[in-house]
Amino acid sequence: MTEAVLSDHVKAGGARARALKGFKLGDVAFHVVTKSSAIAVLLLLGGVIVSLIHGSAPALGQFGFAFLTSQAWNPVTEQFGAAPAIYGTLVTSFLALLIAAPMGFGIAVFLTELCPHVLRRPIGVAIELLAGIPSIIYGIWGMFILAPVLQATLQPWLIAGFADVPVLNDLFAGPPYGIGIATASIILAIMILPLIASISRDVFETVPPVLKEAAYGIGCTKWEVMRSIVAPYTGVGLVGGVMLALGRALGETMAVTFVIGNAHKIHASILGPGTTISATIANEFTEADGAMYTSSLIALGLVLFIITFFVLAASRLLLARIKRQEGR
Amino acid sequence: MSLATARKLRSSLAMAACVASAALGIAALTIILGALLWNGFSSLNLAVFTQMTPPPGAAGGLLNAIVGSLIMTVLGVAIGAPLGLFAGTYMAEYGRYSRVTAVVRFINDILLSAPSIVIGLFVYEITVLQMGHFSAYAGALALSLLVVPVVVRTTEDMLNLVPGSLREAATALGLPRSLIIRHVAYKAARAGLITGLLLAVARVSGETAPLLFTALNNQFWSTNLNAPMSSLPVVIFQFAMSPYKDWQNLAWAGALLITAAVLALSITARILGAQKTSK
Amino acid sequence: MNENSVPSDGPLVADAGAYAALASGAKSEKMSIRKLDFFYGDNRALKSVNVPLYDRRVTAFIGPSGCGKSTLLRVLNRMYDLYPGQRAEGEVLLDGENVLDPRLDLNALRARVGMVFQKPTPFPMTIYENIAFGVRLYEKLSKTEMDERVERALRGAAIWDEVKDKLNASGLSLSGGQQQRLCIARTVAIQPEVILFDEPCSALDPISTAKIEELIDELRLDYTIAIVTHNMQQAVRVSQHTAFMYLGEMVEFGETDQIFTAPKEPRTQDYITGRFG
Repeated sequence: MTEAVLSDHVKAGGARARALKGFKLGDVAFHVVTKSSAIAVLLLLGGVIVSLIHGSAPALGQFGFAFLTSQAWNPVTEQFGAAPAIYGTLVTSFLALLIAAPMGFGIAVFLTELCPHVLRRPIGVAIELLAGIPSIIYGIWGMFILAPVLQATLQPWLIAGFADVPVLNDLFAGPPYGIGIATASIILAIMILPLIASISRDVFETVPPVLKEAAYGIGCTKWEVMRSIVAPYTGVGLVGGVMLALGRALGETMAVTFVIGNAHKIHASILGPGTTISATIANEFTEADGAMYTSSLIALGLVLFIITFFVLAASRLLLARIKRQEGR
Repeated sequence: MSLATARKLRSSLAMAACVASAALGIAALTIILGALLWNGFSSLNLAVFTQMTPPPGAAGGLLNAIVGSLIMTVLGVAIGAPLGLFAGTYMAEYGRYSRVTAVVRFINDILLSAPSIVIGLFVYEITVLQMGHFSAYAGALALSLLVVPVVVRTTEDMLNLVPGSLREAATALGLPRSLIIRHVAYKAARAGLITGLLLAVARVSGETAPLLFTALNNQFWSTNLNAPMSSLPVVIFQFAMSPYKDWQNLAWAGALLITAAVLALSITARILGAQKTSK
Repeated sequence: MNENSVPSDGPLVADAGAYAALASGAKSEKMSIRKLDFFYGDNRALKSVNVPLYDRRVTAFIGPSGCGKSTLLRVLNRMYDLYPGQRAEGEVLLDGENVLDPRLDLNALRARVGMVFQKPTPFPMTIYENIAFGVRLYEKLSKTEMDERVERALRGAAIWDEVKDKLNASGLSLSGGQQQRLCIARTVAIQPEVILFDEPCSALDPISTAKIEELIDELRLDYTIAIVTHNMQQAVRVSQHTAFMYLGEMVEFGETDQIFTAPKEPRTQDYITGRFG
């Protein structure tokens, strides 16, 4: 063996040097390709921003700051204002969170503390799968099933029940359309529920078991452990999860478009029809004739992008913080 | 009532609320799936797979929409996946400790949840406006931009899971970095990378908003990539909003198909991912 | 220390002369580590280390955990280059060429200085591919030549008989000890000049350990070997020279017999008699 090895060393030396030289180019090329791809992701975001600004320039130039505050939406006279859409976007998302956040936390608590061990994985997996169902499914379910039911039951009941209560009678004013801000909020809530539940569960699982055991050890009840130990420990992560869900809700299109009613008007009643930014774009973009109309819709898109950008950025920063905490 | 009893009661109430919300949440989601299955299956028949989308009031199928969806999804993944794979590779390998990676990761996470309708507007601006007409190219491009962040994220995560010792062992043989990545790291992370790809396909196959004003819709059979093309989600949107019973039924059938496809993809991805972690 | 009776070309010298020299106990320095400092960020992990690796001898590095012996090994093939914030200062000569030279082709260096790790690290490929993969990069071999090379490498690592019937099985399907020998075969296959062993037996059972030790003893005929070990008995069994390190310093270097029977430094004595570490 020894002689063979020695002569191989000589032979290999030259071949190896040549081979290594050949790799150099491929190595550099692969490095450049991957790095450019990473940069391309940044450019993608930049491109989106630039193109939206470019597209919305005519409308923003024409209407100025009033675009954000005006309620006008008249394609015939070419008067456009974003206020009803922004209002609808914020209100539906806010209401959706109001419903989904507590329920999502509840589900997460159920999954981490209460659920029998055999069921934990299947239910957890089911919830994660549901988070992946396309939003259009929620949309058509909302339109065909939920809206008629609400129209026949919950809405008349709310309208009648709060008729004599000040403020609330404005909030729940008739007639019961079925579709509208409230229905859209409920659909959105159902849609983001799996997301909040699964993130909260992940976040709860970052709590070191010893911490909980110590609390149980001094006689805390389950609720006290969740409230005084787990909630403070995971607070940042929970808020991050809710913000992420908020980001999704704000930008959600198809689940909302079916049931929002597409009315460019701010109603005091949440039962009335309204619109959101994304629903407006989805409904009207292909029919928009005239540069000003199209540009106004793109300007709406820009507003939406800016809002969601900041919400999502905040969410990512918060979630990154809990990740660091876990790594510590 | 003693303090201890009060505390216990409060805890029980809170826990009951958690169980209730879990029950309610799961019930809501079950009802949705139930309605989908019921309406979907009662509208599903052979014609759905063999006939074109009908004019209002007539019977027909979804063949052109199914094929359109397949074409644009495949094309979109074919464009987006390599870009995402390379970007994720840079982040996990060459640039693991660089500042660029931290920034790209942050931006990518935002793109991951960014409103897809805005991506649609972007693609409209850069393709439809420039070309002067809607096209399947534009639709595929819009989908590809949604594929990128998913693939970037999973690629980076999966390559980070590849043990450093494996990379060191390959380095110790004197192998060039690019070969280590392609022949060792990719191989070790293969299941995870495929999982990411499947998740990306699942993500885009139900996307509607970005197709509305890029690929538009097409009532007829068309495989011309330079012309408007039909897709399942857009047809569902159009048909469900219509007052015609036939169209509404087809919308349900389409919704069932999409959901089945998405669930099948995510379950496969999950099984692959589980195999990976159990090893 | 420097008895250069043979030119330091190592394997390239004529066989007879080299072996005669070996037999007579003369030795040349294959690698020379001179005034080596190593830093993890601001933390100085190696302090002006001087040590030679003699051609076709086994040099063992012993010392308590954290003494810098693994760090030293990872300098010899510049493995630390993979990570930011780590740097080495001083000189590490391989046949007179400074390994720390920033212009050095790292891949070429690593092909000359192979490494076997603490835990077995088979690639996620077949047993055959684990060996052939590295070889193929450097040399264009025909199918028969490659088969020969793979067999020779596996035989060299004393694992041929155990795997010859399942060359297409995954490398991961082998036992820990077999995996480690597969990794040695993989290293041997690309024909390095120096092989670094970083605690190669710490994850193995006694029988596998014995096999690897035997193997190292055989490999010494063709390669210059450095081995880091926790196990002093192992150092006695496999090495001709031993270096004792403590807190990043080279405390004592000498013939293995001398280090373990008549250490000159009190700290070495304390360590080998089990008084600390």
